[in-house]
Amino acid sequence: MDKYIEMIRIRFLMMLAYRTNYYTGILIYCINIGAYYFLWSAIYSGKSAIQGMSIEQMTTYVAVSWMARAFYFNNIDREIAMEIKEGKVAVELIRPYSYLGMKTMQGLGEGVFRLFFLSLPGVIITAFLFPLHFSSDMSTWGYFALSIILSFVINSQLNLLAGVVTFFTLNNEGLLRAKRFVIDLFSGLILPISFYPSWAQEVMKYFPFQAISYIPSMIFTESFQGQAIIDGLLFQLVWSVILLIPLQLLWKAAKKRLVVQGG
Amino acid sequence: MFYVSIFFQYMAQYMKTKLQYRTDLVVEFISDLMFQAVNLIFILVVFGHTTLLHGWTRDEMIFIYGFFLVPFALFGAFFNIWDFNERYIVRGEMDRVLTRPVHSLFQIILERMELESLVGGLTGIIIMVYAGVRLQLEFHWYDLFVFILFVLGGMLVYAGVFISLATISFWSDARSSIMPMMYNVSNYGRYPVDIYNRVIRYILTWVLPFAFVGVYPSAYFLGKKEWYGYAFLTPVMGVSFFMIAVFLWNKGVKRYRGAGN
Repeated sequence: MDKYIEMIRIRFLMMLAYRTNYYTGILIYCINIGAYYFLWSAIYSGKSAIQGMSIEQMTTYVAVSWMARAFYFNNIDREIAMEIKEGKVAVELIRPYSYLGMKTMQGLGEGVFRLFFLSLPGVIITAFLFPLHFSSDMSTWGYFALSIILSFVINSQLNLLAGVVTFFTLNNEGLLRAKRFVIDLFSGLILPISFYPSWAQEVMKYFPFQAISYIPSMIFTESFQGQAIIDGLLFQLVWSVILLIPLQLLWKAAKKRLVVQGG
Repeated sequence: MFYVSIFFQYMAQYMKTKLQYRTDLVVEFISDLMFQAVNLIFILVVFGHTTLLHGWTRDEMIFIYGFFLVPFALFGAFFNIWDFNERYIVRGEMDRVLTRPVHSLFQIILERMELESLVGGLTGIIIMVYAGVRLQLEFHWYDLFVFILFVLGGMLVYAGVFISLATISFWSDARSSIMPMMYNVSNYGRYPVDIYNRVIRYILTWVLPFAFVGVYPSAYFLGKKEWYGYAFLTPVMGVSFFMIAVFLWNKGVKRYRGAGN
């Protein structure tokens, strides 16, 4: 266990060394939030609520989804693909730790770093620029914290899955890009799932994507109340367990098939 | 003439290398299509809940997005030099470029071309035709030339802004994140500018004129007379911003000292 915690710490310190990159990161997130803020204001003009969400809730939804993204987002899929391409993965595999576990911990180190250096200052800045609504109910914050941890788990599992596929295809650039757009669209980052036509919502119930962004953001904006919060968290929990199965199977098969190119 | 023939030679060479890895190419096309679909789906879903967005209808919004894709694709194919700093300045590759017999900017454009982006332009045209038919837009014979003019104008606006930013590397070789930031700013140009507040609208028109890539030129084809003035400024803005960029580039190249060995 110690070595995994050490890995989180090292990744955190590594990111800290390059923290100036993150000042512009904050600006990029603010620019994106701004674009959607104006779009949504125009969409809401004259309407007090759409799908049960007020404009204030929507603005908060947009801001929180982006800030939460800073935490759960990581590039471990690309890192795995790179390590396979460069043959480094051979060395990684003889080291005395679980390769996938270590990658997840590195992702977590990055996430924790961005939480403190991107999300927190970002939230403060956006709160000045746009009319955001923060809940005064501590339990909302508690549920939200739980929910974004599960977001991180599910997003990392999907990243690991996509990364491990590289063991079979060797070049995986297309799949990784496609995965990113699917997640942008169906995780609820750019549109709350409740805005989609009902048939699409029905289909999305069978996929894990909304567990990444939609559920935590709905909890934070208090658009989910009572039972809906519990259902949302359960949905996340169930998916984070289910995704372990394909991950294990694929990983077992991948280790057998490993071809090291150079390295 | 020499420039034209070398351009086509590079283009042929590029196609040969790309066609070596056909599956990669197909996958790239598909992921590009998905990228364009994300924004289209956003518009479609949003208009499930509203009929007008600041006076713009669903099909008008789709038309603007379709138009935007065409100059953007051309820009992506020929002027995508976002990694100029790392590739040419930090690694000292610029030394090699300067020894070539064509203008250094032209040489870099040749080396960095990504013709597969052009597929995005085709998607854009299909989207425009779909929206145009639904809106029953009138189309005159000369509109084709206006279209080409506006598309080139929009492309030059993009090229001008991004080349100007790339020239910063000549003065300061520190890595900067201005380029990715600008990509995000340029997204603002996809939507009608009148939804933004006055400061942002002013910036999008005169400082970082991304509005000339999407909404202003589209307004001409949509018959929005109040925007005609801006629409016809598109080629003017494109040429002026591009000229500024080339001027800055030439200034910058003179300052270039070379890095590495």
